[in-house]
Amino acid sequence: MIRVHGLGKRFDDRRVFAGVDLDLADGLLLVTGPNGSGKTTLLRVLARLAAPSAGTLELPPRERIGYLGHSPNVYRELTALENLTLFARLYRVERERVGMLLERFGLWEVRNERVSTFSRGMQQRLGLCRALLHDPSLLVLDEPTNALDVQGLELLDAVLDEPRLHVVATHDATRFDARATERLVFA
Amino acid sequence: MTYIGDVGALARKDLLLELRAKETLPSMLLFVISALTIFHFALPAGTSDVAARGLLWSALVFTALLGLTRAFVAEREQGMFDALILTPCDRSAIWLAKSIAVLAFLAAAEVVALPAFAAFFHGLNGRTVAAVALADLGIVAVGTLFGAMAVAGRARELLLPLLFLPAAIPIVVGGVGGYLWFLVLYDAIFAVFAWGTFEYVVAEAA
Amino acid sequence: MKLPALTTVAFGAAVALIFFYAPTDADQGFSQRIFYFHVPIALTSYVCFGWGAWKALRYLRTRDERADLESYVAVHQGVVFGALTLVTGSIWARASWGVWWSWSENQLVLFLVLFLFYCAYFMLRYSVDAGPARMNMSAVYALFGVVLIPVSFLAIRLSQRFIHPVVFDSHAPSNMTGAQWLSFLVSLAAMLLLFATLYNVELAGKRIDAHLRELRELLGRRLDGGPQRAQAPALPAPERGPS
Repeated sequence: MIRVHGLGKRFDDRRVFAGVDLDLADGLLLVTGPNGSGKTTLLRVLARLAAPSAGTLELPPRERIGYLGHSPNVYRELTALENLTLFARLYRVERERVGMLLERFGLWEVRNERVSTFSRGMQQRLGLCRALLHDPSLLVLDEPTNALDVQGLELLDAVLDEPRLHVVATHDATRFDARATERLVFA
Repeated sequence: MTYIGDVGALARKDLLLELRAKETLPSMLLFVISALTIFHFALPAGTSDVAARGLLWSALVFTALLGLTRAFVAEREQGMFDALILTPCDRSAIWLAKSIAVLAFLAAAEVVALPAFAAFFHGLNGRTVAAVALADLGIVAVGTLFGAMAVAGRARELLLPLLFLPAAIPIVVGGVGGYLWFLVLYDAIFAVFAWGTFEYVVAEAA
Repeated sequence: MKLPALTTVAFGAAVALIFFYAPTDADQGFSQRIFYFHVPIALTSYVCFGWGAWKALRYLRTRDERADLESYVAVHQGVVFGALTLVTGSIWARASWGVWWSWSENQLVLFLVLFLFYCAYFMLRYSVDAGPARMNMSAVYALFGVVLIPVSFLAIRLSQRFIHPVVFDSHAPSNMTGAQWLSFLVSLAAMLLLFATLYNVELAGKRIDAHLRELRELLGRRLDGGPQRAQAPALPAPERGPS
């Protein structure tokens, strides 16, 4: 599903990473390293959000990719339901799935409240709903544990147990160690 | 049909955001009335209609600029381009929806500004109203394209006027001179251009 | 090395023709000779912008970084020639009408608009971080420019009808003689050659720059190491080493 060879990315005079080779079908690719080491940039390339400067890559089509970045990528002034309904429309997904996901992530009760009133952890949950809406075959998560409480972390674990390819970037490797089937360490 | 549906959903979202935030439209309204008031004091008594009309056009272009500067703020602050460009919806639909939303704000501001202009100065003729309507289309088509470029940069609010104003000069010429055919030509050329190139502005990878 | 030599020769020939061969204008006198600089510089500027847009289109088609750089250099040269057009035009206006600026001269007004538009191109480039996003936007903007040129020209012509009560006599010679044509064409050729030379020089400079940076990075990477890969279930390797 992901097959990249000699992948490199640089911004003008700064090389972010180079020579990344990957061949993944499913499981979990764990990307670790300190802040500013290029994890986010790699994830953006793997999610088709950024173009690489070098190397060949084979990725799923963009509508098969789910992405959750540093910010939850939802509109703050819309309600949870309005956010997901908009993306359900753009992804050509049944409305029922919106309700199902809100239920699953414990947001059904607050579906008609604006995201700006949500705690950071609830926003992160809603971001996960948005990324999972179209049942992607590749799920790219950048620091997904951000602000999640114990219950939220359990929900995240359940997501990662589902059969698809996951790419997770984190500075806290221990949490995902058991699940990781492949690792990439940035220095 | 899917395309129109996508545009509708996205434009509805933009209007909803404005309805909730109430930032752009009130600012545009206050701005345009303030500008017209300033023009009253800037114009010496007995100035010709043509001069007053010229000032109306400056006011409208700068009012539009104010709205365009805010157009992509929600997308920028909440990283929404990342989420939007991964959906299978055509990227040009994002441009079209945003243009429709900004057009709605601009038209709403003009519904107040034009009668105010008529009352403050020497009245209005139908040709000017038609010219304003046509000019609005070109303004939002070009302004939304450049607005998406400006939010990607560090200078942001500073950058948009620099990109937009030189390109808006023909609109002012067409408007002040009342050349409706020229405004139609401008609208058609640049709407097609912006529609075709918007995806390169918002999406880095194919 | 042929191009700079050719440019020098063409320039020498152009200057000689303009000052010693072209006839002195009956109405405007000696100062009219600036026409032979002003108009070829203006035309060269259009060529620069056109070339920049062509390279921008190439970039959007192929996503080849070299095309982005070429487009940038062409637009840069276009702005330089555009500024020269404004300066020579202003001098000419001063010499023939005693004013530094004339809004009734369409070409001059158009260059003011284009100058403003293309200066913003550099603001855009400096404002956005280097990378494919910037290349895309620069390309779209450069393409927009060539569409804007004819539209603005038309607009400026239209504006003459309602803005200018007084119209100066157009100062381009209406019926050019053979000698005038020859001087004009040689000057145009010299300007185009100058553009080609400057374009090559700037491009070579930028490429050497990029090359140097790459070498420096390569050297840095040998010292720092790149991302390391480890197979599960081995623990991530914290130590550094060449990849």
